[in-house]
Amino acid sequence: MNSPIKVWELPGGIHPPERKAQSLQLPLGELPLPPVLVIPLNQHMGTPAQAVVQVGDRVLAGQLIGAADGTFSANTHASTSGTVIAIEERAIAHPSGIHSESVVIEADGKHEWIGLTPCEDYQSLDRLDLLDTIRAAGVAGLGGAGFPTAVKLAPKSTQVIDTLILNGAECEPYITADDMLMQVRAAEVVSGTLLLSHILQHPEQILIGVEDNKPKAIAALKAAIAGASVSNPEAAKIRVVAFPTKYPSGGAKQLIQILTGREVPSGHHSADAGVICVNVGTAVAAWRAVRFGEPLVSRVTTVVGEALTTQRNIDVLFGTPISYVLTQHGFDISRASRVVMGGPMMGFTLLDLDAPVGKTINCILAPGKQELPAPQPAQACIRCGLCSEVCPVHLLPQQLFWYAQAKDFDRLEAHNLFDCIECGACSYVCPSTIPLVQYYRAAKGSIRLHDLEKEKSDRSRQRFEFRQSRIAKEEAEKEAKRVLRQKAAEEAKQKLAEKTASIAAAKNDAVAAETTIAPATGAPAAGMPAAGMPATGSPAAGSPAADVISAAVAKAAVVPQASAAEQKAKLQRILAAAKNNLEFNQKPLIPNKTNPVISDEQLVKQQVRIKQAEMKVAEAEKKLADFIAEIGEEIPAVADSAPTVTAAEINDPVAASIARAQAKLAFSPADKLRSNLDSLRLRLEKAEEKVAQAKADGSASLEALQMGTEKLQQKIAETLAELNALDASDKPVASAAAEQTAAQIAIAKAKAKAARMTTMSDEEKHAQQIQAMQSRLQKARERLEKAEAEDDPNIDAFRLGVTKLEERLNEMS
Amino acid sequence: MALLNITSPHTHGANRTGRLMRLVVYATFPGIAALTYFFGVGVIINVIFASLACIAFEALVMKLRQRPIAFYLSDCSALVTGVLIGVSLPPYCPWWLVISAAFVAIVLAKQLYGGMGFNPFNPAMVAYVLLLISFPIEMTQWATPLPLLADGQSLPSLVAALDKIIFGTAFPGMIDGYSSATVLDIMKQNPGLVLDDLYKNEPVFSEGRWAGAAWEWVNIGFLIGGIYLLYKKVFTWHAPVSMLLALTLMAAFFYDSGSSNSGGSPIFHLLSGATMLGAFFIVTDPVTSAVSNRGRIIYGALIGVLIYVIRAWGTSYPDGVGFAVLLLNFAAPFIDYYTTPRTYGHKKPRRATDSTKRDGGH
Repeated sequence: MNSPIKVWELPGGIHPPERKAQSLQLPLGELPLPPVLVIPLNQHMGTPAQAVVQVGDRVLAGQLIGAADGTFSANTHASTSGTVIAIEERAIAHPSGIHSESVVIEADGKHEWIGLTPCEDYQSLDRLDLLDTIRAAGVAGLGGAGFPTAVKLAPKSTQVIDTLILNGAECEPYITADDMLMQVRAAEVVSGTLLLSHILQHPEQILIGVEDNKPKAIAALKAAIAGASVSNPEAAKIRVVAFPTKYPSGGAKQLIQILTGREVPSGHHSADAGVICVNVGTAVAAWRAVRFGEPLVSRVTTVVGEALTTQRNIDVLFGTPISYVLTQHGFDISRASRVVMGGPMMGFTLLDLDAPVGKTINCILAPGKQELPAPQPAQACIRCGLCSEVCPVHLLPQQLFWYAQAKDFDRLEAHNLFDCIECGACSYVCPSTIPLVQYYRAAKGSIRLHDLEKEKSDRSRQRFEFRQSRIAKEEAEKEAKRVLRQKAAEEAKQKLAEKTASIAAAKNDAVAAETTIAPATGAPAAGMPAAGMPATGSPAAGSPAADVISAAVAKAAVVPQASAAEQKAKLQRILAAAKNNLEFNQKPLIPNKTNPVISDEQLVKQQVRIKQAEMKVAEAEKKLADFIAEIGEEIPAVADSAPTVTAAEINDPVAASIARAQAKLAFSPADKLRSNLDSLRLRLEKAEEKVAQAKADGSASLEALQMGTEKLQQKIAETLAELNALDASDKPVASAAAEQTAAQIAIAKAKAKAARMTTMSDEEKHAQQIQAMQSRLQKARERLEKAEAEDDPNIDAFRLGVTKLEERLNEMS
Repeated sequence: MALLNITSPHTHGANRTGRLMRLVVYATFPGIAALTYFFGVGVIINVIFASLACIAFEALVMKLRQRPIAFYLSDCSALVTGVLIGVSLPPYCPWWLVISAAFVAIVLAKQLYGGMGFNPFNPAMVAYVLLLISFPIEMTQWATPLPLLADGQSLPSLVAALDKIIFGTAFPGMIDGYSSATVLDIMKQNPGLVLDDLYKNEPVFSEGRWAGAAWEWVNIGFLIGGIYLLYKKVFTWHAPVSMLLALTLMAAFFYDSGSSNSGGSPIFHLLSGATMLGAFFIVTDPVTSAVSNRGRIIYGALIGVLIYVIRAWGTSYPDGVGFAVLLLNFAAPFIDYYTTPRTYGHKKPRRATDSTKRDGGH
């Protein structure tokens, strides 16, 4: 009928003893229903399914118990009817011996099926509907990888599929599950193939690749194709290709190479080579899902090995414990060397016999001690190169081994470690019995981990660098501003000194014109506070007060300096303005349209403002008095001739800013604390109101509000404590200079502390902090005692402060 | 049941390093037989003596390194080195020469580099070359082969051979010396004759069939052994065939139609000196050669070229196999760098240092 298909040669490869005959002696069997089934929710590649049943639910065979979580996942169904007795972590058949969320079903023995919706003519259905059906049935690759089939059958639009390959190669020794399936369900394989072809929009080539050591399967498939061709002409297109037996021809990439001569590009999928390759068992599962609406709940598995009395293929329900399967086949544990899931070349050792059969278990191998003895100790690699002779993907296994030992990840990458399919051919032929594949697996794992960690550290390094550059930028900006201010301040100082000197000169002239010379008054400039500049002014970097002042001076420096007389006038103006302001603030609050009710808050605010205004007035008066004390008396004419204060002049920006700065500086710490306290109390009141409201309403934010209130209370307590401490220690915080010195001392202390901190280890720092905290606590306690003795009204606040400090200390130590 | 977590593959082929090495030893038998036939019992004494010495040194070092001695001796690599030293050294050479060779090969050239699989240079060739430089007279006194012996003379008996080896006693009736020049010496010191005349005048040629008496059969013996190893798939054809081919081409190119200037015919070069021993027993040493098949072709070819260069134009040493192999041992990692194979799914081979990540795959 058709011309023979060209078969390409698989490079490398080996011919291990096939050992397939023993499991093909008996017909496909079935097991009695196990009493308990454990159905893992991650029998497929991708995200585990989410359990959709509850403990105690009664489930039927085929009922959905785990819903696919996202596209790259698969549904999981109950494989028999019974009761869910647990949903918990159970051992699964996995190389790492991990556990997985599983639904444990106690079988009721009835094996009652859920209602299924068959479909007579799938050709009438839309492709997407068919994919949905297959997805809903939880079909995943039965060849071993468990790749969700619906995902595989929906290639990207850029991937033009011209070939559909059904993988019936089954190249691993021992395994005959696909062979058996093709023999007894050849018709379903063909139907499944036609269904997949339909879903893939009828690719040009449809091939079923079978190794030539399965003549019965090949004959059965050919007969089934001939039978199907009667009703569906497309079946005649299906070609069964028998090719020479050689391990590992059953790998998807290798089978594609054998049947088409194409290579799947490194790091890509078969679809990128224009091929979709599906295991024959998967095709049958897809067919049954579409035709009968039957979800995937069982599979054909080979049970084989000399530690068993019966060796055969069985159609086994998912969730059947492997120990149960083994017992049913006369497993003699004393004769077994181990139990392997899959074949001897790529299978993995089962670590827990109670793990259940899942979608990817195609063989349970229980070999005898002589059959698969423990590996021999490895000898040195002699670089004989037999491994590269048999490598089906043309790697240099001996070099990979070398670099894997040296953990030279770059060289491993350069030698294409990640193209290794872990077929084990190299280990099989190695005359020094080196477990090469084990080295590659470990190296791959290390590299993945290494990459992950590198990615993480790269990200944090970027974050860190960004932060560093941002801080540096901010610092530079600050520094530039500071330098500017300093410069301006110095200029201002100089100019002022000049002005004062000229004033003095003028005054001297005036005095000379009368009778005597008064030289003592000739040099007030040195002692005069230049426009309110503290004597220690500009170099006191870091002192906020000094900064504020020098900023104001800098601003002032841009306008021409006023003469002494003008200055006096200015000070007077400031005083006037301050008085004005005070008056304005002292006016009683009148309800108006926008603000019909005067709240307590407003009143308190007003009081604060009044207080501030009063202080400003006091300050202005003091300044003026000082100024006059210095020079004012001697220049009455100038003072008298000062222009009357106008509103416009009060708003003189320079003077105002200086005044503000002075006020800030003059604002003694105690005053500051008091005003803080006022506003804090205000806030607390408000907060308490809100809490009460929230309590009444049963609001959800009650807790947050209460927390806020507590915080406020704490703050108040702290402020009070501070205030009291301040009152106790230095009551008259009189001069700005004194504060300046105190600030400088504090700065010096802080600097010294910072210097110490940098040289200290973490432990030392911690100890230091604890010590500091302890001394604070001590002080606070003393204050509390004092308060108790004096029956202080703020005693509660002190108590709160002490408890808070104690808590913090506990946290730290 | 305590189930050991043994990873795949769970099954293993029957191949073992010890088996490979033993096959190599068996493959030297035809060559040793030919050598013994033409040079007498001294060859066998050499082989046995050198093998025992090598095994003893290997065992000694293993004891010093506190490794299981039996396990490491079971790979038979010391035996192979011993046999190769035995056939490389001149028969009836003094006993201490053999001991020195075994010491140099096993202790210096192999174990000091880390032992089996880690030595960059072929141990037997290191020993041979080191001794050749150190003891040129002892190392170049090859016994006169059987066809050239004068009437009435015969190959030395076992007793006479041991006497000579252990005590240095001269062979009775061969007071003038038992040795004679090899064909390579004669070719190199050609006094200006065209090759036809040289072949007629020199008994070593006239007694021989293709390339000089005795040596042609010794080479054929090693060739047979080599073919046996190829058949047994102990190594691939790449390195030996390319070496022989390169040597043949060089000889053909500089044959100069047999003039007095000729370097000798291809068949002469193929069947004289250590050509076949080198091609199948030295060049094929996997540890010290290039790793990929392409690399091995280059490696073998360069050795072939160098052998001819040393033979034809070298000054003082008659044969160049040892030097050529050692020089290319140096170059093997360099060759590997440029000869990585193209992996499945890749468009072209990747350089051994190209470690840029590829998309996917991970």
